[in-house]
Amino acid sequence: MSAQDSHSFMDNPAERESSGEDRRSFLAALLGVGGVFVGALLSVPLIRFALFPLIRRTTELKSASVGPLSDFASLAEPIMRTIQIEQVDGWRKTVSDKAVYITKDQQNQLRVLTSICPHLGCTVPWNKEKNQFVCPCHSAAFAKDGSRISGPSLRGMDALETSIQDGQVLVRFQYFRQLVSDKEVIG
Amino acid sequence: MKETPKIKISDPAASKAGLWEWLNHRTGVDRLLRTALYEPIPGGARFAYVFGSGLLFIFISQVITGVFLALYYVPSADHAHTTVAYITKAVTAGSFLRSLHAYGSSAMVIVLLLHLSQTYIYGAYKGKRELLWLSGCVLFALVLGMAFTGSLLPWDQRAYFATAVGTNAASEIPLVGESLKRLLRGGTDMGTLTISRFFVAHVFLIPACIFALLASHILLFRKAGAAGPVSEDPYTPQQKPELFYPRQVLMDLSLTALLIIGLGALCFFMPIQLGPPANPADAQYIPRPEWYYLPIFQWLKYWHGAASVIGVLVIPAVLVMAAIALPFLDRSIERRPWKRPIAMGSYAFVMFVLGGLSLRSQYVDKHDPGVAQQLAKQKTDEADYMRKPFEAELSSASLTAANVALADPIAAKGKTIFEAQSCNACHGDGGVGTAAAPALLGIRAKYSPEQMEQLFKHPTAKMTAGGMPPIDLPPDDMKSLIAYVESLK
Repeated sequence: MSAQDSHSFMDNPAERESSGEDRRSFLAALLGVGGVFVGALLSVPLIRFALFPLIRRTTELKSASVGPLSDFASLAEPIMRTIQIEQVDGWRKTVSDKAVYITKDQQNQLRVLTSICPHLGCTVPWNKEKNQFVCPCHSAAFAKDGSRISGPSLRGMDALETSIQDGQVLVRFQYFRQLVSDKEVIG
Repeated sequence: MKETPKIKISDPAASKAGLWEWLNHRTGVDRLLRTALYEPIPGGARFAYVFGSGLLFIFISQVITGVFLALYYVPSADHAHTTVAYITKAVTAGSFLRSLHAYGSSAMVIVLLLHLSQTYIYGAYKGKRELLWLSGCVLFALVLGMAFTGSLLPWDQRAYFATAVGTNAASEIPLVGESLKRLLRGGTDMGTLTISRFFVAHVFLIPACIFALLASHILLFRKAGAAGPVSEDPYTPQQKPELFYPRQVLMDLSLTALLIIGLGALCFFMPIQLGPPANPADAQYIPRPEWYYLPIFQWLKYWHGAASVIGVLVIPAVLVMAAIALPFLDRSIERRPWKRPIAMGSYAFVMFVLGGLSLRSQYVDKHDPGVAQQLAKQKTDEADYMRKPFEAELSSASLTAANVALADPIAAKGKTIFEAQSCNACHGDGGVGTAAAPALLGIRAKYSPEQMEQLFKHPTAKMTAGGMPPIDLPPDDMKSLIAYVESLK
């Protein structure tokens, strides 16, 4: 853009002197670049602020302890434990009690099952006489390790993620979709 | 046969290369910039004229930070404090942005006072500038309104009690005072409705008015033209003008830079505090307003009983009226301060009184050992609260042993049966209801224990269709279950 045919605001109608105009357009460019730079700098905290929920998980489920590992060394049948799960959602949290079963799988490994029936969500009790889990709602039956035996459920009882920390069995409680044959995490 | 003239389609913009020309041709941005930047300033650029654009900068900053803060803030007595604590303690850059917004309001008042003082001392309200001055007066009141409504929103001790005092002051106004107080508070006492009102005023009403007034203020300024130095004629400027761009722009930008650096450093090194949540039952708390309300706060202390009408209503009203009427009363074209003894004298007097009241208020606080001690304690409480990590609010849907501690042991046993029988699977924990089955809350109003037992044993066809199985329990357990279901509220 030459100084002569320029129609930009850098033209000063009061003072048409080409060297002055050059100075002015240089200043305008400088101000423009400076303005963009300062604006970008100032928007850094704004962006960090707005993106906080993306950077850090704001909806999280804290792992809860079901008890020390030694408690479950000699497990004859599934035992029920109530865990307190804490669900943090931004600035609020929901605490609720959930029942889980601690049992062993066929390889004799510790397994924690949610007590929620994969059929329609009733709480499944352990039936000592039958040596089975039997859902009171629609009589879905599950084996000791949670695998499906009979009834309307399309899959076995759902195992939860577990980990062992300082001798404590920690479990991550999750909800799973009902009425489907594959275990599918929801929420 | 006539030859049809060929229509020449040409785009004037196409003839000139460059993005700027194209953009300019489409938008007229060039003319816009010209209009904005080639404002003539009689007598040339000066640092004394920088405050107006400084205010505009702070206002834009307040709007942006305010919108961002609203991403996390919830205006309700239950959540306001938690969400502000979340912003301050948990969210990245939250403390910085909140500080920028809070210190920004103080900066706004300071720069506003400087802008007003400059206009007054330079006699820049004179000549054809009555409406310009008037719109400025309204903007001043709106900014103070923003500060007042905004300070309540964190809902900590300081915010709560300062606003309690502030709204109480309104009730001193004769006749309408009590109603005005109730209108501001949304009731007799301060509560969640007060927050809603203050929030709506702070976020919708007052900003809308500020946008409108600001536009007219700038428009009126451009119509009247810059007043120039004190030696200039307020009607028809005589002195050689200098355009706004570039020198005045650079001067204005230097104030902006100073504000950015000053506020940035302040927010970074001395972030604004948040005190413990408002506790209306705290009878010890001594409220103190923001620094810019200290003179009024101290002033109100001197007026009690029958005479209070004079102090609370008459004197402030006269002052406000005088300020509004200033350009109509002062018609002389003399702008040099040393030739305007009355104007300068009254300015000095008002500033002296405001400053004196402010200092007096602080002096009184410092020299009353009881007050000083309590104020120091409040400060420590705030610092202590700030050191605690953020604690998420327990949602009301939470079911812990603690908040379903049932007084009745039979009902408590019923709760375990309710859960063991999977009633909660469909009716929800605590009988709150789910998509599968209705809530049981307040069901005691509908069915007697006998009717309930009947329904449990023999569900209706509708219930059965919905998936409700008949319940067969030993009589004691049935009794407990019914007691529990009856207890649900």
